[in-house]
Amino acid sequence: MFIKNGYLDIDELGERMPSEERFEQGPVAILECIQQIPCNPCQNACSRGAILPFQSINDTPTIDMDKCNGCGNCISACPGLAIFVVWKNYNQENSLIKLPLELLPFPEEGDSVELMNRKGEKVGTGKVIKVQKTKQNSKSRVIWVEVPKKLAMDVRHVARSNNHEK
Amino acid sequence: MRIDCDVLIIGGGPAGLCAARSLLGTGLKVLILERDPFLGGQLLKQTHMFFGSKEQYAGTRGFEIGQILTREVQASPNITVMLETVASGYYPEENFILALEKEKKLYQVYFKKVIVATGASEKSLLFEGNDLPGIYGAGAVQTLMNMYGVMPGKDIIMIGSGNIGLIVSYQLLQAGVKVKAILEAAPTVGGYFVHAAKVSRMGIPIFTQTTVKRALGRNALEGVEIVSLDSKWQYVPGTERKWPCDTLCLAVGLSPMSELLWQFQCEMRYVSELGGYVAKRNPFMQTTHPDVYIAGDVSGVEEASSAMLEGTIAGFAVSKALHKMLDSVDQVIQNSQTFLDEMHVGTIGEKIRNGLAKVEVDVCL
Repeated sequence: MFIKNGYLDIDELGERMPSEERFEQGPVAILECIQQIPCNPCQNACSRGAILPFQSINDTPTIDMDKCNGCGNCISACPGLAIFVVWKNYNQENSLIKLPLELLPFPEEGDSVELMNRKGEKVGTGKVIKVQKTKQNSKSRVIWVEVPKKLAMDVRHVARSNNHEK
Repeated sequence: MRIDCDVLIIGGGPAGLCAARSLLGTGLKVLILERDPFLGGQLLKQTHMFFGSKEQYAGTRGFEIGQILTREVQASPNITVMLETVASGYYPEENFILALEKEKKLYQVYFKKVIVATGASEKSLLFEGNDLPGIYGAGAVQTLMNMYGVMPGKDIIMIGSGNIGLIVSYQLLQAGVKVKAILEAAPTVGGYFVHAAKVSRMGIPIFTQTTVKRALGRNALEGVEIVSLDSKWQYVPGTERKWPCDTLCLAVGLSPMSELLWQFQCEMRYVSELGGYVAKRNPFMQTTHPDVYIAGDVSGVEEASSAMLEGTIAGFAVSKALHKMLDSVDQVIQNSQTFLDEMHVGTIGEKIRNGLAKVEVDVCL
């Protein structure tokens, strides 16, 4: 339970969890924002209108997954760092996850990084595909990381491997 | 020395700056007294992106909001700022505020209206050894780390999982400090889930129903003895364990700095949901003393976003009371009131709503 531990269990995602069919169709945003707080910048972040307009600023966001193309513009618009993009069938073996990072030094493209789950446990290693600087926010980055397919809905953070420290 | 102004604003944090900004172009002579050597208050320590909506700078980092507001206020010819100046008391016989600048110059400040935006001070926690070096309030840790670039310690335990405890833990991690754990006496995490999720995925455990029993160490902190709490907040015998650490950070809440409001003889009420004693006020942030307005944490401990809205309301309300207002003043005040009410909707806002219900009164403007 998020309210007890500080991290959510996968079933607490509810309708924010894409179906297998949707995952088949390509990348999609996962809005891990499940508690009502006064915050709404994500509703203006999507140029395709996939994040539906709020009735109240305290609404949790609702996404139209048919409109979402997984571009990830919403990731850097979220002050809570709670939006991720998952491209499950990125290739034969691997998924691609786009996640926000505010931790220096940033990894570099091609780096091997440690993959962490919501609880901060190391669950594997992955490869950084892209380090994206965004217009909305120059101080953080969106990291594109390749992860084993079975970890697509587990990995939510990356850490630089120790052997990368200079 | 004597100073005369139309509007005196005490405190140059988010509430005071927004109040001042609401008085731009009114022709009113505005004076801000700020205790610190700079404007911005707590905003300057906030490195995270703010929540709220676009109108409240959502998505902008707190210190950048402080810089924006400071620039606007400093560029204004009708606003004077006195830094390193403490409003040390109200003298009702002559109706002035005594201000002490840089610990040497005294001023009698006369005003028509005053907006008290003094903020809040940190609460502490009672336990054996809580005076050992290495035990800080979360605000002190933020000041050292984010304002002066000084690392407060190397191996930290955080007490309190409210937004401040969670945000400061995250900032410590960003600065490269090891945060061992966050302890929370209540059965659930106090702050926003999204803040908790950020520290959780970086591997920081949050232990609910757990607190510090005593601090260990002779000349400085060497560790803490922690203990589990039952549903009645009592120690569970036999659950004590000792953890080494060199720093303990207390993020156990804030208390409004309402001393001046007592001196103004505003009607006060103790409201635990708002952090302590707060002045009763109407929807225009006017207290039961007709010349005294409040905004920000002194009117009830909340987020900086609320403080900015309250400051805006108080500033415009004062301009109206002094008949130097914009034509659209009623609309502008109403918009801010609506935003403020919206922030208090929902489960997270429930506590604040309950608290505000105890201090909101219909004193006339």
